[in-house]
Amino acid sequence: MASDLVLFYLFAAITVGGALAVIGQRNPVYSVMAIVGAFCGLSGLYVLLEAPFVAVVQIIIYAGAILVLFLFTVMLLNASREDGAEWDRTHPYYRPGPTRVGGLLALVLLGQLVWTLTRFGAVGGVGDQQPAASSVRLLGRVLFTDYMFAFEVTSILIIAAMVGAVVLAGKRGN
Amino acid sequence: MLDFVSSLFRPPNNWWVAYAAVVGIVFMALQISAAVMVYFERKVAAWMQQRYGPTLVGPSGTLQPIADVVKLIFKEELRPKSADALLFSLAPIISVATCFIAFAPVPFGATTTLFGWLDEPVALQVADLNVGVLVVFAVASIGVYGIVIAGWASNSKYSLLGGLRSSAQMISYELAYGMALATVIVLAGSMSFREIVDAQAGTWFGFLPKWNVFAVFPFGLIAFLLFFTAGVAETNRAPFDFPEAEQELVAGYHTEYSSMRFAMFFMAEYINMVTVSAVAVNLFLGGWHGPFLGPEYGWIWFLLKTAVLLFVYLWLRWTLPRVRYDQLMTLGWKVLLPVATLNLLAVAAGVIAFGL
Repeated sequence: MASDLVLFYLFAAITVGGALAVIGQRNPVYSVMAIVGAFCGLSGLYVLLEAPFVAVVQIIIYAGAILVLFLFTVMLLNASREDGAEWDRTHPYYRPGPTRVGGLLALVLLGQLVWTLTRFGAVGGVGDQQPAASSVRLLGRVLFTDYMFAFEVTSILIIAAMVGAVVLAGKRGN
Repeated sequence: MLDFVSSLFRPPNNWWVAYAAVVGIVFMALQISAAVMVYFERKVAAWMQQRYGPTLVGPSGTLQPIADVVKLIFKEELRPKSADALLFSLAPIISVATCFIAFAPVPFGATTTLFGWLDEPVALQVADLNVGVLVVFAVASIGVYGIVIAGWASNSKYSLLGGLRSSAQMISYELAYGMALATVIVLAGSMSFREIVDAQAGTWFGFLPKWNVFAVFPFGLIAFLLFFTAGVAETNRAPFDFPEAEQELVAGYHTEYSSMRFAMFFMAEYINMVTVSAVAVNLFLGGWHGPFLGPEYGWIWFLLKTAVLLFVYLWLRWTLPRVRYDQLMTLGWKVLLPVATLNLLAVAAGVIAFGL
């Protein structure tokens, strides 16, 4: 499956390149567009994993709904380009302490990634399982039986975040 | 050599040739449909207002779209000095590319051999996906970026307001739109357009077509009305055309655009109308199924039904005044979304209880 491999590297490049572009430049609107590109690449990877439903849902929820709100906020606040020199001088993240902690965390993450990939890299992944696992009916059944607890906990977490956001936003108005 | 030349005149027995032809036909037909829609928009508007509309170019003005396109090509391409060069150019491309991609999973007829011309039948559809319905929805939601980015990159207050309105409106109406889609998915038990359309073949009691719009009366009809209302809002058409409300915002998000970049937004708007109508026909009005014509000629039914829905679009625009912005938001969140959710629950309960 040489074409699959070519497509994998194409989508992986789009995803990683998009993710790097999000943090690599200073215009927030460009960042949002870069992350939209990264999510589209990720969706392509899901298609290659024979999970078209997850791929489409990825686009609908993340690229289509959440990031439009991001863009909406960035535009409403009219967040301007970050001025490089000023930012470097004054921002707390650029002091030596946070830089070192952040660097350390990045190293830990890298270590975890390398460890995981070398450990499980040889496993066949989704292809070995039954392809019907991507069907929506089966996905729904599994979600509401085997993973019911995780599903409900996630929804409570999201509701808590939503209520928190409403409370925080409402404070200023009163 | 002679074999090669003579092979050019034989009908294509290669599936890929027929497939490429289908893709080309869809691509060209969408562009032509935009031009035809512009002509009919002006003609229908004129008839409704007791005018003549375009009459000068060609017989009764039929060549007017060609004149319009030629005019747009020769116009000067302007870009405001303070606009963001990259995103300003990218926005119309996103708009027009997504509207073409959105039509890819939409079938417009049963499989056909083109009156026996082809050796094996070819499906009148660009991509038969088992999550086709969701793909249309997903690509349409990416299309919002074209408008929002155009509003921001122009660096003009009217454009920005148009872009903001558009994003708020499209996010609000996507919910009702998705709920109406889910109703059909529950009814048909599939997300593939072809399976949904084929489930609508035949009649109830011998006369009522088995279309989803008549299914579990009145819930199918409610879902159809919700879908079409949300579709009108999604395509930014009157009475929900806030992103380009000309009395308030000059031209909204495309105020600063001219020449072919403007034409791309214009084309995207009309192609989106065609896509929403075609999806509505497939999901609710039985697609290519209809009386008198066999499956081989089903695409004629499909085109007729789509044309009727497109006329409804024009009809709405030239008879209804624009609603107020707060009314638009109230309608979306407090009327359409609850009704769509209850409708979905009712249909789902019906499917589980009676196995419809």
